[in-house]
Amino acid sequence: MPYYTILFYIFAIAIIASAVIVVTAKNIIYSAVSLFITLFFIAGLYVLLNADFIAITQIMVYIGGILVLLIFGIMLTSKITEVELTTSNLSAVPAIIFTVGITTIIIFVILTTKWNTKPPAVMTETISQIGKLMLTTYLLPFEIASIVLLVALIGSAMYSRKIK
Amino acid sequence: MDQFLINIFGDNIIKYIIIPVPALIWVSLFALGAVLAERKISAFMQDRIGPNRTGKWGILQTVMDVVKLFQKEFVFPLRANKVLFRMAPFVVFTAAFLGYAILPFSSVYIGVDLNLGLFYFFAITSLGVMGLLLAGWSSNNKYSLYGGLRSVAQIVSYEIPTALSALSVVMVAGTLSMQKFCVLQSGGIQNWYFLGGPGGLSRLIMVPFLLSSALILFISTLAETNRTPFDIPEADSELVAGVHLEYSGMMFAMFFFAEYAQMFAVSGIITTLFFGGWQSPFGDLIPFLNSPVMQIFWFLIKGLFFVFVQIWLRWTLPRVRVDQLMTICWKYMIPLAFVNLFALGLYLVL
Repeated sequence: MPYYTILFYIFAIAIIASAVIVVTAKNIIYSAVSLFITLFFIAGLYVLLNADFIAITQIMVYIGGILVLLIFGIMLTSKITEVELTTSNLSAVPAIIFTVGITTIIIFVILTTKWNTKPPAVMTETISQIGKLMLTTYLLPFEIASIVLLVALIGSAMYSRKIK
Repeated sequence: MDQFLINIFGDNIIKYIIIPVPALIWVSLFALGAVLAERKISAFMQDRIGPNRTGKWGILQTVMDVVKLFQKEFVFPLRANKVLFRMAPFVVFTAAFLGYAILPFSSVYIGVDLNLGLFYFFAITSLGVMGLLLAGWSSNNKYSLYGGLRSVAQIVSYEIPTALSALSVVMVAGTLSMQKFCVLQSGGIQNWYFLGGPGGLSRLIMVPFLLSSALILFISTLAETNRTPFDIPEADSELVAGVHLEYSGMMFAMFFFAEYAQMFAVSGIITTLFFGGWQSPFGDLIPFLNSPVMQIFWFLIKGLFFVFVQIWLRWTLPRVRVDQLMTICWKYMIPLAFVNLFALGLYLVL
């Protein structure tokens, strides 16, 4: 077995295991740390797909930005870390019906889709192509996304202010 | 080096295990030497003698310190969070060492010549933040927690001027790959980016902007490694020791190694971006001085020079206050970095 395949399975198992911990952990800090592991290994999957730019952006944005902010918030509010989270199922029967339904749909889709399995093109430099596309073909979506982010930033700053 | 290893092992996983080994050996040796140098230099600056009992001139001092740390029991705080407390030092050191993957030690030795090298380095810096947060919180000690929060706030703020000032030289060079940075600056000291990089006389207009970018990069990386004058996170007079307060034995040594590893890594980044990387200052006048082995020497000597400046500053300047720290970052360095970016962009367009 080529070691890329072995690496893929290691990453996949780590992602699933840590994602299960995110959902089931009783302590919110454990959930946050498992989320860190999940996101990190997802970046690993991107690397295996030759998507180096997306992999590094994943680490920068999700781990360096969002997750640090999340944990920062949790740690500053010590009351949250003491609370035991309820992770038991409140309504088991409908949940089982829904998950079984969704799982069958997903498996059905996976089995019936004609997957495009030609070998990937060898990419020498992704970043210059991404940069060119972002500032030519996809300029409008790019600008709209930045404006949405700016609005969200201003909005959150306004709400967190004390109104006199 | 890549090709050489492929010849021996084929495209095998052993290659990927061997490549980081020289860098790891260098980090360990450097940390030992730098701790001793730090103590000797500080002693010299403060008119003291410094360590002089173990070995000739005390050169075995840090080796003995490490031996002592190995023997120490790992003391575990009673109400600390066991899993996270154990995990944190390794996250911190791993993050610091991951940065070495893109340091161009020589034209033949680099961990991986990513075409996104610099971007990768900045992303990895934010990984270490996670470790510091975990260490601070899991120690269950208010001083550790304060230290962790302070260092994270500081690192997150100073990432902005670091990235902006690096971006200005990236714009001039037009690449993010660390090897390409070095190759572009070939031909002697006058072609290094702090003197405007290769090109005609008109590039001299860029010199003030690039020089101030280099200065901003140096100051903000100083803050990111939590060194004095920005050592608020481990301010020993207020917080005892910061995040590694509760750690003992080798766990403590991990934090120490991480700090020194990071010191050299950021020096290496500054060297590569502005001071020619592994290029010899004499260019091709003396071809021997630009051979791959000598390139390692040049890269290390330039990196060590910046480490020396970091140590020098530590024993010269007092610690800044928190509000001064944020003022320096947000009111001076970020606007200045933007001015640099704008001016260089204007020059490149015209």
